[in-house]
Amino acid sequence: MKNTKNILLVGVGGQGTILVSKILSTGLVEAGYDVKMSEIHGMAQRGGSVSTQVRYGEKVYSPIIGLGEADILVSFETMETLRWLDHLKPEGIVVINDYEIPSAPILMGKVEYPEGIIEMIQEKAETRVIKAGDIAEEIGNPKVMNVVLLGALVKSMNLMDIDWEEVIKASVKEEFVDMNIKAFRAGVESVAYEEVKS
Amino acid sequence: MKKLMTGNEAIARGAFEAGIHYAAAYPGTPSTEILENIARFKEIIAEWAPNEKVAVESAVGACYAGARTLAAMKHVGLNVAADPFFTMGYTGVNGGMVLISADDPGLHSSQNEQDNRYYAKMAKVAMLEPSNSQECKDMVIKAMEISEKYDVLVMIRMTTRLCHSKSLVEEGERKEVPIKPYVKNQPKYNVSPANAKQLHLVVEKKLDELRKFSNETDLNYIEWNDKKIGVISAGVAYQYAKEVFGENASYFKVGFTFPLPIEKIRKFAQEVETLYVIEELEPFMEEQIKAAGISCIGKERIPITWELNPDIVKRAIFGTENDTIEYDRSLVAGRPPTLCAGCPHRAFYYQLSKKKDTMITGDIGCYTLGGAPPLNAMDTVVCMGASVSMAHGAKKVFEMNNDKKRVVATIGDSTFFHSGMTSLLDVVFNNGNTITCILDNRITAMTGHQDNPGTGYTLQGEDAKIVEIEPIVKALGIKHVRTINPLNQKETKEALDWAYSLDEPSVIISRYPCALKKYTKYDLEEFGPLEGYCYVDQDLCIGCKKCVSTGCPAIHFLKPIKKSSINKVQCVGCELCLQVCPVKAIKVGE
Repeated sequence: MKNTKNILLVGVGGQGTILVSKILSTGLVEAGYDVKMSEIHGMAQRGGSVSTQVRYGEKVYSPIIGLGEADILVSFETMETLRWLDHLKPEGIVVINDYEIPSAPILMGKVEYPEGIIEMIQEKAETRVIKAGDIAEEIGNPKVMNVVLLGALVKSMNLMDIDWEEVIKASVKEEFVDMNIKAFRAGVESVAYEEVKS
Repeated sequence: MKKLMTGNEAIARGAFEAGIHYAAAYPGTPSTEILENIARFKEIIAEWAPNEKVAVESAVGACYAGARTLAAMKHVGLNVAADPFFTMGYTGVNGGMVLISADDPGLHSSQNEQDNRYYAKMAKVAMLEPSNSQECKDMVIKAMEISEKYDVLVMIRMTTRLCHSKSLVEEGERKEVPIKPYVKNQPKYNVSPANAKQLHLVVEKKLDELRKFSNETDLNYIEWNDKKIGVISAGVAYQYAKEVFGENASYFKVGFTFPLPIEKIRKFAQEVETLYVIEELEPFMEEQIKAAGISCIGKERIPITWELNPDIVKRAIFGTENDTIEYDRSLVAGRPPTLCAGCPHRAFYYQLSKKKDTMITGDIGCYTLGGAPPLNAMDTVVCMGASVSMAHGAKKVFEMNNDKKRVVATIGDSTFFHSGMTSLLDVVFNNGNTITCILDNRITAMTGHQDNPGTGYTLQGEDAKIVEIEPIVKALGIKHVRTINPLNQKETKEALDWAYSLDEPSVIISRYPCALKKYTKYDLEEFGPLEGYCYVDQDLCIGCKKCVSTGCPAIHFLKPIKKSSINKVQCVGCELCLQVCPVKAIKVGE
């Protein structure tokens, strides 16, 4: 359907894409959208490439996003952006975490981690580079990198009308609420107003 | 307010609302979370069974005893449970019974791509196919009504995409249904040949009634739009069809897919110009529609292999594709799944991989990854429990052929309980001479850490009797048994050398908890916490890559300086690399 928006989150098993998609879809449901979310469990989780697909709009049919259909590609790991770039609309936005996790063939010295990915993607699509790892480190816990990216995502998708901080409060354990809200705000601030799509 | 639920969560919610009393399953992706979610409802007795056959049989017993019951499994689990499943087709039910079969188009986490809809037809069992989470919930409730009204088992056919994608569900109240009285009824429940012969007549009569129902029920409905194109579809494929055709086609949405509503389909076909059947995997509906003399287009266009998606349907029907960004995909390095840092399986396979002239049979679980590079320590994987019995057959033939090759079977703890025990009995009974290695990581790990008879806890986390593997192995008749800690490489090597030196079957139990497991009190008592980390003293490192050859994802070989380094965050301190380093360059961190 034409008015359906497609968000594609990609990364490596263990990076917390699932929490982000949970917060994201909860917020979208509360805002009154029809929402479908899809992710694959099982074997891929063991250090493999993971993706979560969130679709929202008036009425959503397919739970999965096809090639050239994503309005935004949020990549939790630099190289994973390239694996999924063909799913982005040519006019879509890339939010790319400047954070490298070498995969097994790279660790073993069989192949090199590809160089110049960010520059290459910047040439191909509207791109926002975020050092979510560094931001999370400054906040005090590298694990909240995922929520930094959530902030950048909702700002980029112009979804700031939704009370995300309330959703975060309801989604994480009490002792982690403050840290996650800090991470969320830092993510929002990392995207300038003029970059927001209307 | 509506809630976002996965298909699995919605099935569980449906079980609750339908007044189901008893549910059983064996974990298997993509169906695992069904029972985990049912376990939250204290109104339902929910149990992990040691395998799918046991799960179905216990549910059948509960059903005959008068309860509303559910059994859930992945597609290949129904192969294990096929025996009671087929007979249930004959006996029918007392309380209602539903069986959830979760197929895996696309083989996200499976060994094949079988289409279990054929099981429903073959076993003469009614079948429903939901296409979103709301339907998953509603169809469990509907399945109970159909099951009790027509006295049949009902199968709900799910697929990975339904199980694991979320959509909105309206919750309802639980309808308490009293447990029906049990009345001894041998002609119905005792399928001796004389009884079964009569039951077959009854089944055919029930199928006639179900065919009538299928043509009348609103589970099978038509959405009229433009009549140039008609689309018959079921399951998640229906959502893809809606995405692709939109308002430009009329739809026949099949929710009750066996027996098919052929007469209703015939009328629909007469109204539309071109008729497509869009279904994932096999031409299950298409074959029956064509056999009824209705012309349609199906697998001539729609692929028979792998999971469908809107792109594939669009390309197949219209030959068009979305615009995409052009780039060089070859730059992307692969990211295959790997054994985790600190995984005890890695330590075991590292030693086993050094053995020459050996055939290693593998099994289903995380440890299947022991067959991946760089360990490559697994020759075969077929199905649950097959490692032990296949090793036996292979060894017999090598001996017959005067081949001295040794055969080592590797199987996990949960898989051993599932179907490895009977295979080991075969080895003992038929004077086999294999080495069976039971990789006991104290949990059913691959499916997301479910308890099993060895862990000491039930599905609900309540105390259970801990079943020890070593006494079972001995009771089965194995004389030579050793339990080892695989993280101790010297001990592991010695155990393998010992087993290779024997001329009788032996068992090595490689016992250490999964590196991701939340340790129980029993684990802490036996193993203590796994703590610390290792680091590389780069002044000593000679760049030999021995540590890299373990395949640990925490170890990175830095090409420019030709030295290894260990990621402190990922390392859990298993010390495997420390033991394989020839120059003692790897040390324990403070």
